[in-house]
Amino acid sequence: MGATGTGAVALEARGLVKRYGKRAALRGIDFVARPGELLAVTGPNGAGKTTLLSILAGISRPDEGEVSLPLGEVGWVPQQPALYRRLTVEENLLLFARLEKHEDPHASVEQMLELSALADRRDEIVARLSGGNQQRINIAIGLLSAPAVLLLDEPSVGLDPRQRARVWEFVSALAADGATVIFSTHDIQEAERYGRRLLVLADGDGLFDGSPAELREAVRSEAPEAADRDFETAFVAYLRHRGH
Amino acid sequence: MRWLLLKDLQILRRSPLQAVLLVAYPVLIALLVGFAISGQPSKPRVAFLNQVPKDTRISVGGTELPAVGAGQRICSRVECVKVKNRQQAIEKVRSGDVLAAVILPANLVDQINSLATLTPGTPRVEVMVNEEDPVKAQLVNDKISSLLAQANLVIARQIAKSGGEYLNLLVNGGQFEVLGESFGILGLRNVAKILEAVTPTVPPGPLRTSLDQVTRFSTLARDNLNVAGPLIDRLAQPIAVDKKVVSGKSPPLDTFAIAVAATFVLTFVIVLLVAGSLALEREENAFPRLTRGLVSRSALLAEKVGLGMAVGLVVTLLMLAGLQFFVPLEWSRFGLWLIAILAGGAGIGAAGAALGAAARDVRAVSLLAFMVTLPVAFLSLVPSGTVGPAIYDAIKFVTALFPFKPALQAMTAALDSSGPGIGRPLIHLAILVVAYGLLARFALRRFSAV
Repeated sequence: MGATGTGAVALEARGLVKRYGKRAALRGIDFVARPGELLAVTGPNGAGKTTLLSILAGISRPDEGEVSLPLGEVGWVPQQPALYRRLTVEENLLLFARLEKHEDPHASVEQMLELSALADRRDEIVARLSGGNQQRINIAIGLLSAPAVLLLDEPSVGLDPRQRARVWEFVSALAADGATVIFSTHDIQEAERYGRRLLVLADGDGLFDGSPAELREAVRSEAPEAADRDFETAFVAYLRHRGH
Repeated sequence: MRWLLLKDLQILRRSPLQAVLLVAYPVLIALLVGFAISGQPSKPRVAFLNQVPKDTRISVGGTELPAVGAGQRICSRVECVKVKNRQQAIEKVRSGDVLAAVILPANLVDQINSLATLTPGTPRVEVMVNEEDPVKAQLVNDKISSLLAQANLVIARQIAKSGGEYLNLLVNGGQFEVLGESFGILGLRNVAKILEAVTPTVPPGPLRTSLDQVTRFSTLARDNLNVAGPLIDRLAQPIAVDKKVVSGKSPPLDTFAIAVAATFVLTFVIVLLVAGSLALEREENAFPRLTRGLVSRSALLAEKVGLGMAVGLVVTLLMLAGLQFFVPLEWSRFGLWLIAILAGGAGIGAAGAALGAAARDVRAVSLLAFMVTLPVAFLSLVPSGTVGPAIYDAIKFVTALFPFKPALQAMTAALDSSGPGIGRPLIHLAILVVAYGLLARFALRRFSAV
């Protein structure tokens, strides 16, 4: 598996290996992400998605391999909203803008409130917001550092369909504005719907790197009966064919 | 770091219950300690039956005391519940309404008066107790023993004084009154003088020899009876206490009680706040986001300890200000108070940070804080000599590992100059700050797990 696209590279991972004791969580993952790309890291539970994202975010270190970020740092949005539920929306954004040492933190807060469409709820305590709105604040905080790459770990987990749609609308708009967005999800239909490119992991191995259409084509050659059914069925057939 | 501090204060403000507890707790402790220190100790209830006739007077050694005074003395030490008869006294003891009953029999004064005669009797006071509860029984025994010891001392002093006066009369002579009539007593000193004057006029011979013997005896008796005076005085108080402090200096008990209360408040507030707010960073999932370059782990720990010190300072000063209404405090030592509170707060905060980093969960932190802090605080108050030497050494070792004891010592030294100095506990606290800081920093590594 490798990067085949052309143009500027926002993030490049080379030979990432991570072991927890004797168990290998990642076994040599390589890929590149380009500006404006919406890359879905997907796979069954225990595939290594969160491990990969935590290495890309710099929270944990790989045992082997390296990550390069030619265009700048990554912004990280953890799976569970990482914000203070007893502070208001504005206080949360202001705190992180100050910690990011923004020259004008109040202006940055206004920008993020506008981007997340939560300006009218700025004075609300975060704990009183819906899960979807909390996730939008969570993402907005991740964007405060003006990152070259935004990493989202399972951003729609625990949200109802309406809240999920709102979050994806927000994320898609970011990518349309040129941000590189890498998100992990175990929901393969969500990965197909929102990911322009899929990175499929299973048991720490990188199985596929390409568009959803390319994945379906790969299934067609291996399991033709599954290729024209729903994407999840095609995906499961793809994994089975590779012993997962 | 200041923005994190501001954030924690905002969160604290948004938790009304926690904020109220932080203010109410020291005020409550101040009130409890204040009332305990300034209030009179509660007196045990004792049924009291005085059968001694009203106009009877105690007469020992020529000094007369109204018998009613004995009752008053007893009732100043206990809460007397007057009863009409013996049966009523027994019922009150049985029902538990009173701890004990004291009955002064009608012949008590006669018996006391007989002590100064040649046929002394044994004055007896009747005491009834209900020993259903061993603690209660011990309390009653101690109280009665103390009352009797005091009464016996008063009487013994009177007897000793009376004996001394008799001796003085025998030695030096003077007037002696019996049944309203006054008699002149010559006294051994005068006898000797007369004999010494008469002897030269008597010619040598058997009579003169006898006179010399009488003169020598009277001189000898006078000299030796003079020595007997102090001896009789000693009978009233055979053992005198000569107290010498060979080790340690202690402040007044009131000051120590205030220092204990202040350190207790400081400990609980800071441990819960520091450990809780650190664990909260993890519970809110903010820790990995913060430590991805926004704040270093050490700075985060320092912020939490600083938060604890700031809140601890306010709360403890609030408590001390409350105590001022009960016990006068030396406000001229305010600078030392600040040093003690901040140093104690730093040590306790560092320990709280280590607890918070180890426990990781807010509920677990609260439980752990109580489980660790309470026993350590109580162990720190165990004085030497009250337990075996090996156990005391173990207690000393364990309490030295926690900041409560040095914080208490620093607080005591800051509040009062008569106790030990503040330098040693400050050094002890500085060592604990470093040790717990390192422990907390190490434990924070587990926080990184996502």
